[in-house]
Amino acid sequence: MLNYNLLSSRFLSLKSMHLVLFFIFGGLCVAGALNLLLQHHPINSALSLIVVMTSLAVLYLLLGAEFLAAAQVIVYSGAIMVLFTFVIMLLNAGVEERTHGSKAAYIVGFPGAAALLGILTYIFLKQRDHLGSAKLGGYLVTTHDLSRVLFRDLLLPFEVTSVLILVAILGAVALARKEH
Amino acid sequence: MTSSLHLWLIPIVPFAGFLVNGLLGRRFPKALVTTVAWVATLIPFLQVLNIALHFGSLTLPYSENVGTWIAAGGFHADFAFALDQLTLIMLLVVTGVGFIIHLYSAGYMAHEDGYWRFFAYLNLFMFFMLTLVLAENFLLMFVGWEGVGLASYLLIGYYFTKDSAANAGKKAFVVNRIGDFGFLLAMFLLVAHFGTLSFNAIFSQIAQHPEWQGGFLTAIALFLILGATGKSAQIPLYTWLPDAMEGPTPVSALIHAATMVTAGVYMVARAHMIFNRSPFALTTLAIIGAATALFAATIGLVQTDIKRVLAYSTVSQLGYMFLACGVAAYSSGIFHLLTHAFFKALLFLAAGSVIHALSGEQDMRVMGGLWKKLPITFWTMTAAVFAISGIPPFAGFFSKDEILYQAFISPNPVGKIVWFVGLLTAGLTAFYMFRLWYLTFFGKSRTPEAAHDDHGHGHAHGVHESPWIMLGPLVVLAILSVIGGWVGVPAAMGGHNEIEHFLSPVMHAQYLSYEQVSVAMSTHPQAVVHPAPETAEGSNSLALLLAALSVTVAAIGWFIAHLLYFAKPELPEQLATKLRGLHSLLLNKYWVDEFYGAAIVAPVLFLSRYALKGLFDTGVITGGSLALGYTTQGIGSVVQRIQSGNIRSYAGWLALGAAALLLLTYFGFGTHLSF
Amino acid sequence: MVVPIAYYLVLSAILFSIGVAAFLVKRNIISIFMSIELMLNAVNLTFVAFAHHWHQVSGQIFVFFVMVVAAAEAAVGLAIIIALFRTRSTLNVDQVDLMKL
Repeated sequence: MLNYNLLSSRFLSLKSMHLVLFFIFGGLCVAGALNLLLQHHPINSALSLIVVMTSLAVLYLLLGAEFLAAAQVIVYSGAIMVLFTFVIMLLNAGVEERTHGSKAAYIVGFPGAAALLGILTYIFLKQRDHLGSAKLGGYLVTTHDLSRVLFRDLLLPFEVTSVLILVAILGAVALARKEH
Repeated sequence: MTSSLHLWLIPIVPFAGFLVNGLLGRRFPKALVTTVAWVATLIPFLQVLNIALHFGSLTLPYSENVGTWIAAGGFHADFAFALDQLTLIMLLVVTGVGFIIHLYSAGYMAHEDGYWRFFAYLNLFMFFMLTLVLAENFLLMFVGWEGVGLASYLLIGYYFTKDSAANAGKKAFVVNRIGDFGFLLAMFLLVAHFGTLSFNAIFSQIAQHPEWQGGFLTAIALFLILGATGKSAQIPLYTWLPDAMEGPTPVSALIHAATMVTAGVYMVARAHMIFNRSPFALTTLAIIGAATALFAATIGLVQTDIKRVLAYSTVSQLGYMFLACGVAAYSSGIFHLLTHAFFKALLFLAAGSVIHALSGEQDMRVMGGLWKKLPITFWTMTAAVFAISGIPPFAGFFSKDEILYQAFISPNPVGKIVWFVGLLTAGLTAFYMFRLWYLTFFGKSRTPEAAHDDHGHGHAHGVHESPWIMLGPLVVLAILSVIGGWVGVPAAMGGHNEIEHFLSPVMHAQYLSYEQVSVAMSTHPQAVVHPAPETAEGSNSLALLLAALSVTVAAIGWFIAHLLYFAKPELPEQLATKLRGLHSLLLNKYWVDEFYGAAIVAPVLFLSRYALKGLFDTGVITGGSLALGYTTQGIGSVVQRIQSGNIRSYAGWLALGAAALLLLTYFGFGTHLSF
Repeated sequence: MVVPIAYYLVLSAILFSIGVAAFLVKRNIISIFMSIELMLNAVNLTFVAFAHHWHQVSGQIFVFFVMVVAAAEAAVGLAIIIALFRTRSTLNVDQVDLMKL
């Protein structure tokens, strides 16, 4: 009886742990995003974005995408954001100037963004019951499963993507080279 | 059935001449232009002569259909040509006199610029006139009708660098157009009532219905009269003809004396069946003809330009022809048309010879004493003057006298009145023609030694006779002026009035088959037996009496002219000063042109300039299209602001668009996505 | 208690909207670029959530490819920014408006 109660209470905390973890890291994402929005110096924005990326990696883990979580940390936070930071430091980007180039961005853009948020939230919450819920460990995709699909069924897109990366490298080198 | 006469060739050959001279004539030497023009007129003349010679063996009326023109709904019109006695007379006049004038023009226009242009237009005129005369339906006749108006405009404005000539051409065309409007309305009425414009069909239908009198036929006839007054320069549309003297003299001779202006008379004669059913229209016609004859004669009394006198004389003589048609004596009208073509063309050509001799001088006040220096011109012109004054045995006497006789004995109530007006006009005609004769040829020479050069005749070497190319036609026409009237000598004077009998199959045509005659006889026997208004028989003694009367009047006119312009030359001046008001009225042509200008032209111009051009054209049409342009520009300049070059504004619009799309996808398109 | 998928989706919607807002507000080109990355990440989260919901691995494969493309795009994009900075000496997007009418 006690064991059962202990077990069930631990079981309970297991389920609520999912929710708690979701809220913590979800909140961290939002906070990082807001910080990106509100900071004046781009380097601060970049660092906030790294926070967002990493929190998202945890969320992927909660959803059972272990490979993607690793890729998110390695590729996104570890490579892309570092690239951003390098460029910011290279170009010596300073504090943002307060120029008012466009009124349309505020007058039309904000309502548009707000409308987007509103509509999407409405739709998702409306369909909450149809969408079901995510169980911790409910659907776990191992790297093995992922790679099986990737290298068997989707081999061609995979190879094309590698060509794409090659092209991107060439493009980046060509564009960023110093003029003679 | 006669074999085909190929009537269509008669108008086509001059048209071909027009094309050749018009398109290539600029580069041709003068001789080639002349040859083309002469050949293009000679061939139709020879063809007409051939037809005339074989006339007895033809079954008339003859018609040939060259092709269908309009076949739409219930209406049908063809390119059809017809030949009967009336057409033949007209053809002989047009091609004969036309050819003679072509010969004359080669000499008269020899030193003009645009020689090729003259002959091209002249051939074009021949084409249209022949189409008019040969047409078998009103529509094709209208084509010729309009076309001669066009050719007239082109030729009057031949010296287009002169303002007065260009204006005269425009005036002629516009005034003609007013008449053409009447013709068009008549055609519309004809189509509405008869469903066709073919002469044969219309006249047959009229003949089958003897009960059709007046009413819509009067309306049609009145509109046709309007058309005729425009083309043949009668009151109220005569004002263009005196101004048309701006054109070269051969043009005045051919178009404004012998052929185009007689188209109205021909049309009335052709449509005589319609006119015969409408006594009102006939009376109107007679009154217009008589009034115009008198009116124009009075103006001609005091004119000083030799061509103007002849122009008013033409208007007056055309009045005689209309007078004749008005009393239903159509053959007499055509007879006078024939003789008038001879002597009037001769008068103009001889005047041209005088003008040519004086290097362009047209004012009679500075002529005089020319009978010794220009003998052939003098004698031929004399023949014409005698002919027009109605002195026997010259041509004009027989035709004019026939008209006056028919007017007198006509059962029409106005018959005697118009006879008297005609008689008076005959006296006036004799007076002003002999006045012209005396002023031009007799007395001391009033020509100053320095010669003017108004018409490009750069001969400053004294007064001399014209070359034979110009004198030959004068002689031919003079002979015709003498003998031309002998085809219409009435029975009273021992003749057989050949022309009346020649034309009677046309003028008294029944257009009815045997069965139709029987049907019509049962209902309206009187109308069948006497299809035309009664032309009373009259007596021979009456005819002789009236003839003697008109000769006397003509002699009086001659005598007064002799008195004023030969015996006592200072009298005209004294008369003019004593009757200054009357003289001024006549000299200024009763101020009719000025009246038209103020009453009609000025309001139309005002309406045109301010209402139509100012309000409608500038406002509505131009304004409309401008507004369209400005609207597009306005919208464009507003929309253009979206492309500001600023990425953030683009992003703003993108966000809005994305939200809208999302909205549409979920809530719109009818189908509701349910998960 | 389990977390409804809808919550994940709402979170991604919030992140996306913040990304759009950042795009509209920021004037530094690099910051704008970073907001694009934020939007891409939000979409990635959606894909993974749906992959979990429908037990399909293709959602996660899609995320994989998105990541690859984003990396390539970041590289080229930053190279362009560097080239732009060399000619215009400014990173302020309001001053790069030569393509206006």
